[in-house]
Amino acid sequence: MSNTQGEQLNTGTLVPADGHAAEGNFPPFDSTTYPSQLLWLAITFGVFYWVMAKVVLPRIGGILEDRRDRIAGDMAEASRLKKETDDAIASYEQALADARKKANNMASEARTKLSAETEAARVAAEDKLAAKLSEAEQSIAKIKADSLAQVGDIAADTTGDLVKVLIGGKAPTKASVTKAVADVLK
Amino acid sequence: MAGNSSNAIDPIHQFQINKIFDLNIAGVDFSFTNASLFMVATVAVATLFLVMSTSGRGLVPSRMQLLAEMSYEFVASTLRGSAGNDGMRFFPLVFSLFMFVFVANLIGMVPYFFTVTSQIIVTFALSLVVIGTVTIYGFFKHGTGFLKLFVPSGVPAYVVPLVTTIEIISFLSRPVSLSVRLFANMLAGHITLKVFAGFVVMLTGLGAIGIGAAIMPLILTIAITALEFLVAFLQAYVFTVLTCMYLADALHPSH
Repeated sequence: MSNTQGEQLNTGTLVPADGHAAEGNFPPFDSTTYPSQLLWLAITFGVFYWVMAKVVLPRIGGILEDRRDRIAGDMAEASRLKKETDDAIASYEQALADARKKANNMASEARTKLSAETEAARVAAEDKLAAKLSEAEQSIAKIKADSLAQVGDIAADTTGDLVKVLIGGKAPTKASVTKAVADVLK
Repeated sequence: MAGNSSNAIDPIHQFQINKIFDLNIAGVDFSFTNASLFMVATVAVATLFLVMSTSGRGLVPSRMQLLAEMSYEFVASTLRGSAGNDGMRFFPLVFSLFMFVFVANLIGMVPYFFTVTSQIIVTFALSLVVIGTVTIYGFFKHGTGFLKLFVPSGVPAYVVPLVTTIEIISFLSRPVSLSVRLFANMLAGHITLKVFAGFVVMLTGLGAIGIGAAIMPLILTIAITALEFLVAFLQAYVFTVLTCMYLADALHPSH
């Protein structure tokens, strides 16, 4: 039935059938094969669709979802651990800063104490030196004054002797010489 | 066309459908043919690959499982990209279509194997499944609102009849273009391949000079083989993308 129909449809445009019904026509346009192809396509594609929809796709979808969940869980765990680490680092740095501050305080305390002691010692030494210095200056001034006082006497004696040697005769009185020397020294 | 010697270089012979066992129901010929055999093979290969590769359900996928996951994600992202998250209800259909067409195309690349998708009736039936789903789901979901698909909004009233006519023609031509594109690509590719491979056979039969001259068609045959593998994937992909776009129409008719 359908064989003859198929031939009639195709003989117009294609090689006429020469006894071998299917071989003479261009196979994809041979409608006698269509019912069989449609039936087997429906069966095979139907089965394939059913297996995909019921078995394969839920399975792959499940695998992908499990992986996504697992990765999300691992990420959460990792960020929790990272937070813990950050906290530990922060407390460590806090302790370190405290210790450093304490050490600084101790050092500066010691420094202040030491410098105060040194200052006191220095001041005492300076006072002592200054006292000694003024004492020495006083004795120098005294010696200088004494010496200067004696310079007039020495000069008067020397002058009296010189005058006696130079002009001979009687030496001038001591008082006049002293007066003259004092006039010159003025 | 008589005799086996001419079959070796006849480019049409590969599309011949031969009965393997007869099956007549109510006078209609439903015989199990080589086409049926390769449909079964396509489904068996695709199913076995997907079931076996994912049977481990590995958290860290094996290579085969990765391939299965990649095809899943590939089709899912294609569908989600054009039809949105609502479109995922059609995911089993779209995935089955993609895998069926792709595996059928690949099996067809094996020499002497039958190419299921080089039969217009097969590709037409598959595209009718798509258009039928679009139409039935469209009317089921939106009722007469689905007809808005043919009347674009924001068009001046006097061009509406023209635009609507064009939209209806374009809708009706979808199953034709969808099926003919896949069918013609597979058919033309296999014929070209066979013709150039036939040149190699014919030229080498001519002796020494012929063997030298056969190098050109041999190189072309190799190049076309590589191209056909690309086409096998590309046509499966194009079929899938267009399916997704048509399904998007069913979900959101007022575009």
